Amino acid sequence: MENNWPLYEVFIRSKNGLSHKHVGSLHAADAEMALENARDVYTRRNEGVSIWVVKAADIKASDPADGDFLFEPASDKIYRHPTFYDVPDAVKHM
Amino acid sequence: MTQISSLEERFLQIIDADEKIEPKDWMPEEYRKTLIRQISQHAHSEIVGMLPEGNWITRAPSLKRKLALLAKVQDEAGHGLYLYSACETLGIDRSTLLDQLHTGKAKYSSIFNYPTLTWADMGAIGWLVDGAAIMNQVPLCRCSYGPYARAMVRVCKEESFHQRQGYEIMTVLCKGSAEQKALAQDALNRWWWPSLMMFGPNDADSTHSEWSMRWKIKRFSNDELRQRFVDMTVPQAELIGLTIPDPDLKFNSDKNGYDFGPINWDEFWEVVKGNGPCNEERLKARIDAHEKGQWVREAAAAYALKQQQKSTISKIA
Repeated sequence: MENNWPLYEVFIRSKNGLSHKHVGSLHAADAEMALENARDVYTRRNEGVSIWVVKAADIKASDPADGDFLFEPASDKIYRHPTFYDVPDAVKHM
Repeated sequence: MTQISSLEERFLQIIDADEKIEPKDWMPEEYRKTLIRQISQHAHSEIVGMLPEGNWITRAPSLKRKLALLAKVQDEAGHGLYLYSACETLGIDRSTLLDQLHTGKAKYSSIFNYPTLTWADMGAIGWLVDGAAIMNQVPLCRCSYGPYARAMVRVCKEESFHQRQGYEIMTVLCKGSAEQKALAQDALNRWWWPSLMMFGPNDADSTHSEWSMRWKIKRFSNDELRQRFVDMTVPQAELIGLTIPDPDLKFNSDKNGYDFGPINWDEFWEVVKGNGPCNEERLKARIDAHEKGQWVREAAAAYALKQQQKSTISKIA
């Protein structure tokens, strides 16, 4: 069995004004080839105006098991949301 | 033990709530194995599926048909790649997947082991084979495994042109000379039954179905999807004056669908086992393509390494 080329994750901006969004991945010998292949594999029907490719090995991802530890603290901080604060009804827009 | 059972409980809660499982989430080993088997078979089918149609690219009857066929075959390569990457998120690497295909350990859809004898076969494949594939794939867009579901959304979006161009080929042939119409009918005769087999064994004989349904990998049974396909396709055949090659086919108003004759499952299993008309040829073409591409992959890797060394040297200097 031969070695795999490195895996690249592919991100595409569908039009200016929107963020790049993850669409999938592919193998390529280098970043240049990853970009060319991403064009052929993920944008055959005008899906994008810009492509990013990132070596999958360079992405550090959080562990779903740490979800509570990472994201729980945000859920009891309701004072971060505007609806936490009372304003008189007479104030129409705020 | 209790930890596993609570993980499993959490997993089933996600499934029951119709949420998605993502690559790094805990999942039962059987779920992972089932997905690897299904997604890799699916990817292999896309890749091997290029071969029967590749046979007609150089002989397409017009530039329009040639462009469409090229685009369709290119899409299939793309679909194979989406699916291979989705499969790799489950922790199996690409070269292992290809190895499994080339050694015959992994299967691909049996339909691609039938030969494409005439131009009308390009019509029948688009209309029936892609039609059946779409019927299978649309529910997979809601499959519980996130990367597979997302890949299927892309595949389904692209696939609808495949079916339409196939039906258009059949329509045009049916409006042509008697000889052209006969070609269309002959293609339908040869592709009809293998297309029905694409949905897999009858529910009573389907070994993997129960858990796949529980885990929401599958949403509908083989027989349900096959019935839908028949109900959708029969009127399309009638509309262009073609006859479905099934003497038992008749509309059943009780179930508001068609009753159809028995499928030759012996033939199906023979083809699965490797004894179809083109099994050897397809696998050989795939292995040859892989082996003949070896030097290109090596050259690209050597070039990438050289470029990397060059940029390191220039940084040091």
